[in-house]
Amino acid sequence: MSGIDRRFFVAGAGAALLGAVGKSSGGTLTLPFANGKRPLVTLPGKREMILLTSRPPQLETPFSVFDQGLLTPNDAFFVRYHLSGLPTEIDPRSFRLAIGGHVETPLQLTLDSLRRDFPVSDIVAVNQCSGNSRGFVTPRVAGGQLGNGAMGNARWQGVALKHLLAKAGVRAGAAQVTFNGLDNPPADGVADFVKALDIDHALDGEVMVAFAMNGEELPFLNGYPLRLVVPGHFGTYWVKHLSEITVVDKEFDGYWMKTAYRIPDNDCRCVEPGTKPDKTVPISRFNVRSFLTSHQDGAKVSAGQTTELRGIAFSGGDPIKRVLVSPDNGRNWQEAKLGEDLGRYSFREWKLGLKLASGRHALRIRAETAGGETQPMEPRWQPAGYMRNVVETTNVEAV
Amino acid sequence: MNAKGVIIGIGLLAVTAGGATWALMDRDAGPDIVAARMEPVSFQLPEEAIPAELSDAGAEIVVNNCTACHSLEYVTTQPRGMGEKFWHDEVTKMVKVYGAPVAPGDAEAIAKLLAERFG
Repeated sequence: MSGIDRRFFVAGAGAALLGAVGKSSGGTLTLPFANGKRPLVTLPGKREMILLTSRPPQLETPFSVFDQGLLTPNDAFFVRYHLSGLPTEIDPRSFRLAIGGHVETPLQLTLDSLRRDFPVSDIVAVNQCSGNSRGFVTPRVAGGQLGNGAMGNARWQGVALKHLLAKAGVRAGAAQVTFNGLDNPPADGVADFVKALDIDHALDGEVMVAFAMNGEELPFLNGYPLRLVVPGHFGTYWVKHLSEITVVDKEFDGYWMKTAYRIPDNDCRCVEPGTKPDKTVPISRFNVRSFLTSHQDGAKVSAGQTTELRGIAFSGGDPIKRVLVSPDNGRNWQEAKLGEDLGRYSFREWKLGLKLASGRHALRIRAETAGGETQPMEPRWQPAGYMRNVVETTNVEAV
Repeated sequence: MNAKGVIIGIGLLAVTAGGATWALMDRDAGPDIVAARMEPVSFQLPEEAIPAELSDAGAEIVVNNCTACHSLEYVTTQPRGMGEKFWHDEVTKMVKVYGAPVAPGDAEAIAKLLAERFG
């Protein structure tokens, strides 16, 4: 057990107690699915965000943030934890990143050494929760009931993992590398949150041990002082408060790889709703997605005049080739203009001016990658509600 | 932050000043490195509420068991009307898969109460 003395109060009766470490304006936001009402709260280092859970803390980014720039500000970046045993204090002077296991020379690296003794690089990359958008999955499934705000795009800074592993010297026969952080299980018997990547992936030069995002050190809730960045891959691999990297000589079989975060082992990554897959594999890369950010569902626009539509698209690393917009629920499509290219792992902006006649219009947005991957018009279904990437629909009314 | 922009900016200044070479050659030097702060960073979990739906004496078994590991929004934000099996499966998962320290009799009572309240 955590041994932390918790003070509870009944919602509504004692809201003043919140003041000390988390603030609630009393405001709420309702995500557009059943039972979607959420409090808006301000946790340390964060602006007002959508609260999914308090312990461990889980915050969703209000969707309007994605229309304000291609990089998601640190204080608006989503927060997802699995286990409630968060570290309460981290001292950067005594912190060490341990690299060990199947290596020639185990290392204990300080935060200074990471910056001083290895090549430092930047990469812009999207981090997205595997269960982003789970609240929209039909039929509904258990799990964190998120809207579309469990994603964000940042310029990460750190050291490519391959440099750290080269210094430690990977021994012959290495199969995988495991990653553990300072967050711990709340009770004995609950599996610690440890993730694994195949050795070739770990050495690809893209996987990074990051200490900064968007020009500042990582916020506590996004993994201070170090987190793993796995470009193009779902957030489950982006281990926060990263403190142990271990090279192993066989496939790692911890709970969070062997049992959790598994997806159907077939081409569509889907099964008939309500059924279970015969065979599963660990979740890996993002599938392609795109969103309209300039207009919310139910927005009113001027009939007969050009409406400037804007949004974002991203993929698991295959570059976005084009974004198509349908003004009429998928019957006709127009190609949008792509904006600044911050790299193949980043959000890519798209824009399109559209004249809409008076009346209601179901706008559909569909992205396509260079390799031809595109989004399905109808949602696919997984038991855990992962990887939703249906062509989004936004209803607007021209008046 | 946009390190490239900063370096290009310096380069243009240098061109203007007629001494461009050094600045333009510096472009492969890598990004400006974000410094490490040296003071300890502490974090305290936010206060948490017992949702009104679980605040009566009848729901004590849920509050006492479930909050050993997590706050109660984990329960109340789940979809409603999923049926008894949904809640039974969830409680079983917590105990059997995650190893939640819940007595067998309590597990059944928790699942029953959640099914009654949340469908």
